Amino acid sequence: MTPAIELLDVHKSFGGTSIIRGVSLTLEPGQRHALIGPNGAGKSTLFNLITGKYPLTSGLIRLKGEDVNGLRPYEINRRGLSRSFQVTNIFPRLSVFENVRCAVLWSLGYRYSFWHLVNAAREVRERTEMVLEQLNLTARRHMPAGMLAYAEQRALEIGITIGGGADVILLDEPTAGMSRSETEHVVQLIRQVSAGKTLLMVEHDMSVVFDLADKIAVLVYGQVIAHDAPERIRANPAVQEAYLGVAQTATA
Amino acid sequence: MPTPTAARMISVADAARPSPLRRYGAWAAAAVALALLPHVLRAPAAVPVMNQMGIAVVFALSYNMLLGQGGMLSFGHAVYFGVGGFLAAHALNLAAQQGLWLPVPLVPIAGGLGGLLFAAIVGSFSTNRAGTVFAMISLGIAEMMAASALIFDRFFGGEEGITTNRAKAASLGGLHFTTDRDVYYLIAVWVLISAAAMYVFSLTPAGRMANAVRDNPERTEFVGYSQRWVRYVSFCASGLFAGVAGGLFAVNYEILTAENMGLNASGSVLLMTYIGGIGTFAGPILGAIVFTFLQSMLSDYTSVWLLYLGLVFLAAVLFVPVGLAGVLAMHGPAWRNQRFGRLAGPYLAAAVVTLVTLVGVIGCLEMVYFFVSAPAGQVTKQLFWLTVNVYTATPWAAFLALIVLGGLGMRWAGPRAAAAFADASLPRAAR
Repeated sequence: MTPAIELLDVHKSFGGTSIIRGVSLTLEPGQRHALIGPNGAGKSTLFNLITGKYPLTSGLIRLKGEDVNGLRPYEINRRGLSRSFQVTNIFPRLSVFENVRCAVLWSLGYRYSFWHLVNAAREVRERTEMVLEQLNLTARRHMPAGMLAYAEQRALEIGITIGGGADVILLDEPTAGMSRSETEHVVQLIRQVSAGKTLLMVEHDMSVVFDLADKIAVLVYGQVIAHDAPERIRANPAVQEAYLGVAQTATA
Repeated sequence: MPTPTAARMISVADAARPSPLRRYGAWAAAAVALALLPHVLRAPAAVPVMNQMGIAVVFALSYNMLLGQGGMLSFGHAVYFGVGGFLAAHALNLAAQQGLWLPVPLVPIAGGLGGLLFAAIVGSFSTNRAGTVFAMISLGIAEMMAASALIFDRFFGGEEGITTNRAKAASLGGLHFTTDRDVYYLIAVWVLISAAAMYVFSLTPAGRMANAVRDNPERTEFVGYSQRWVRYVSFCASGLFAGVAGGLFAVNYEILTAENMGLNASGSVLLMTYIGGIGTFAGPILGAIVFTFLQSMLSDYTSVWLLYLGLVFLAAVLFVPVGLAGVLAMHGPAWRNQRFGRLAGPYLAAAVVTLVTLVGVIGCLEMVYFFVSAPAGQVTKQLFWLTVNVYTATPWAAFLALIVLGGLGMRWAGPRAAAAFADASLPRAAR
């Protein structure tokens, strides 16, 4: 089966500083993957490389078998990959409904059309309403997104990510800054929206990681030191030394 | 002063489906009003001023497609107005020589095509970036076109400009456009068509995504949209309607000069759009009407009217960033709460003290201007209802006193008006 995402010896340096130093990683389709690693390991940089925000220094990235090197973010998005951001990145002055609708329009073929009325497009409205329902934001639909509470904005962030129906979803710290109960709700949401899709998620909360992930990749100083099933990652001595030991004492 | 956020948050269109009356009521009312206005306003200057207003409305609406809807600050929008206008004037001249079948009512189409074509060329590189880069390119293009107008005088007519004569063109269904009033109806129809088309554009995917790109260009790229293309589509549409406005100008005034696409004209459209309010669709309409009215009235009464327009703009930027339409929209909750009556007193008090201050400011400015510009030996000036001797201390003291008194009054009345507004805007349940 063609991997959903395939990275081959990917390097990225900013100026003289190497951030990603030879990452090779294969993500099988239909699985939930977590990307963990200490701060500064390069997790967000790796996201930015995969999604086309930054160009590669060297190496190769394939999305569903297709080389996506040098493509713009919107071109990669149109090939079925969508991402969320670590720092909430929504359309603050547009209503909650419109935020989701923006994410829905392209995938339903509306592109840059100036000969369709958005309000008359039934499938757009239905898909948007369905996503709002999933996010539990139906009651907030007319509110400007910038006025939502933090946890609701984080949910909307996920909603914009999945609105276009991409089958490869990248989530960057979806539960950052959330309370226990808010985190549980988001985990439920992620489980629901990633069903049958490929998920890659950066996450610091180990309970979330072990709860959701089919496989875990560990990134340390710009290199993947392990990529395996959760129980084997837990048992891996190199991972324990580099990351989990520290993290577990820190969160304990 | 109430918070501007609430009005700025009002988006042009939301998903709610209004009744046909709410949806088309405003348009029908506008059409009826446009048809009746020349019969109601019988002053001889009314129709020419309304023609000017109509052209300004289309122009300002097209400008707001960039500024308000797309987040693009242009300092050279009159370029597209001018190119459209010149092309329309040439088309009209060609039609007069029977070289082209183009009846007068369709001349604005030629203008629109000119604006669209030029915007398609300039936009191909200017919409790469928003913000400062876009603004600088627009300024550069405006300077370049101002210089070109004198260089390419076959097209722009040099200093004299291009004159035309709408009476010589073909007629369409026996319609002739000889008087200002004939042209008024032509402009009125084009204002309705253009405004409706621009409104509909704001409800299409291209128009909605323009708002998204304005708010967060990066994010649109991760939901499949190229921010550049979104801006380019808006830019072309905006150029099209600026060109239509230029075409209407050619029909109305039968002359176009380089001034019509100069920096002053570009500045005016920015001022009127901003004063009216860039956050709502109706804002630029209101701004164009008020600005044109002030422009034509003030210039009759005072030679420093540009200074007053500048002060109005400054006041708008400093104190009313949501514009006139934004202020009106902010009063929606108070109206729905049926507590409008409670605002009358505090607002009247604020209006009186503001007026007192304004009289003081205007008096002082006029006297300063008289002092530095009046011919030698002339010492008295007609000011409001008084004749004052500028070389005595009394009028200066009096007008300065008005400023001080009015200023103190505003400090007293301002917070009271704001408190009344806040109270009236609260829903009943919250009180």
